[in-house]
Amino acid sequence: MATGEQAIDPHADASEDGVRRRDFINIAAVSFAGVGAASVLVPLVNQMNPSADVLAEASIEVDISAIAVGQAIKTIFRKQPLFVRHLTAKEIAAADAVNISELRDPETLAQRTKEGHKQWLITMGVCTHLGCVPLGAGEGEIKGAFGGYFCPCHGSTYDTAARIRKGPAPKNLLVPEYVFNSDTVIKVG
Amino acid sequence: MSFPWANHYEPKHPLMQWIDQRLPLPRFVYGAVGAGYPVPRNLNYWWNFGVLSGVALTIQLITGIVLAMHYASNGALAFDSVEHIMRDVNSGWLLRYAHANGASMFFIVVYIHIFRGLFFGSYKAPREMVWLLGLVIFLLMMATAFMGYVLPWGQMSFWGAKVITGLFGAIPLVGEPIQTWLLGGFAPDNAALNRFFSLHYLLPFVIAAVVILHIWALHIPGSSNPAGVEVKGPQDTLPFHPYYTAKDGFGLGVFLIAFALLLFFAPNALGHPDNYIPANPLSTPAHIVPEWYFWPFYAILRAFTVDIFGIPAKLLGVVAMFGSIILLFFLPWLDNSPVRSGHYRPLFKSFFVLLCIDVLILGYCGGAPAAEPYVMISQVAAAYYFAHFLIVLPMVARFEKPLPLPGSITEAVLAKNTIAA
Repeated sequence: MATGEQAIDPHADASEDGVRRRDFINIAAVSFAGVGAASVLVPLVNQMNPSADVLAEASIEVDISAIAVGQAIKTIFRKQPLFVRHLTAKEIAAADAVNISELRDPETLAQRTKEGHKQWLITMGVCTHLGCVPLGAGEGEIKGAFGGYFCPCHGSTYDTAARIRKGPAPKNLLVPEYVFNSDTVIKVG
Repeated sequence: MSFPWANHYEPKHPLMQWIDQRLPLPRFVYGAVGAGYPVPRNLNYWWNFGVLSGVALTIQLITGIVLAMHYASNGALAFDSVEHIMRDVNSGWLLRYAHANGASMFFIVVYIHIFRGLFFGSYKAPREMVWLLGLVIFLLMMATAFMGYVLPWGQMSFWGAKVITGLFGAIPLVGEPIQTWLLGGFAPDNAALNRFFSLHYLLPFVIAAVVILHIWALHIPGSSNPAGVEVKGPQDTLPFHPYYTAKDGFGLGVFLIAFALLLFFAPNALGHPDNYIPANPLSTPAHIVPEWYFWPFYAILRAFTVDIFGIPAKLLGVVAMFGSIILLFFLPWLDNSPVRSGHYRPLFKSFFVLLCIDVLILGYCGGAPAAEPYVMISQVAAAYYFAHFLIVLPMVARFEKPLPLPGSITEAVLAKNTIAA
């Protein structure tokens, strides 16, 4: 058998370039095992991702006819709070009066609302810092120094266009995709 | 055991010899806690806290395994199953309170253990690996404690999960996919609760495994001691048993009395009333804070309120918070002073006291609302925390003139007794 000879001369079966048949088999076997191990990792990592029932998000319709001027409601969109706010003329004016170049995340109120529906501010109720629900949508909740929303967790303060003005949050409250089905019904998602 | 003054296991009984040749487990125990582990004779009560940490881990494992027999890790059932444990399960209230307060006791003794190491220079050569493994245990403890706090599925559980996983959302580009992946959804829900339960059950056993490595690494150079000079010979040591089993036993009694006082007289003192309200994704509690043992780190997280050099404040806070622990991994190389014990380092001692006060201030601010003056105080305190390790310790090591060290442990012990007499 060759094994006995190899113990004496390990290069006995080396080809001209010095590569043994055994080297090739080693590399091939270990590579094959490596690819196999890596492909087993894929389902193990992927099972952590949102499951089909979580992803099967129907879009929601919200009837906004009952929301009076100056009022806001909280509803649920993709298991997260959604704020629908009926801005007053004063709040619109306050939002428009801001010099947007001074903002951390520069956007005008018009960019954050739909044309012809500037009084309807529709945003996610998820603070862009670490995901708390800001105060200001519910009756009697504090709205913070800029009259919009105030996050109680780390003190992020949003203005009447839900733009970040003070505190640690990096972005304005997210405006989800939505359309006005009619003047009183919106479809989110 | 490899240090020169270790005693070697020599079983007399034929049965023990038979076992030792096939599985040297008695040898391992002998070397770890038996007479085979000679310990410096001058250890003070600060050296109790390693054993106490081990006891606290054991209490958590036992109570936790029992609680898992009654708990349901489903979003619809979890809160009620915890109330079921509290009201219906025989002795359930005791086991749950023991587990919840046991976590606090575990962190108390581990923090004292860490600060013992900081003062007496236990992290210095040749014990760097002991220190590094200890920090790994600390990180695992934090992850375990966080996931355990989510399980009752109360308001603080839910919002704690949201905020802490939100930390990963701060990472540029990949942050949000990572957060969604960790939670298995866009917000904490059943998927998150289930995986947290699974990991909360797993990690304590990982901790136990790293504890074995921690002790193994310790037993290669042997224990450090308050004088900070190495053992020179057998006259400097005592066998672990009975001397330190007795001393640790006394400390254990004191620990258990303190634990019992907390458990039976103030079981909710360290918790939050909000966690007795079922999780509600639509309403954030007015004052959301983590458990007390995370407060110093939470204060560092919140200390960043403005963007610096275009880096978002949110990312800075997260990096600083994790950095405050990662920094400790470099401590053995940041503090170059050859003198271990703080007793012989006058300048170091003053700064050590300052660090203790600084961490207490950070802790206080972390538990306070996110408003002035706490934000500004946290900023100053966080700045000192980093300066202490990155600037003060290297400078002190360079410029300090240490006091003369005793010639040996025995000399230090005798000198102390002479002064006392």
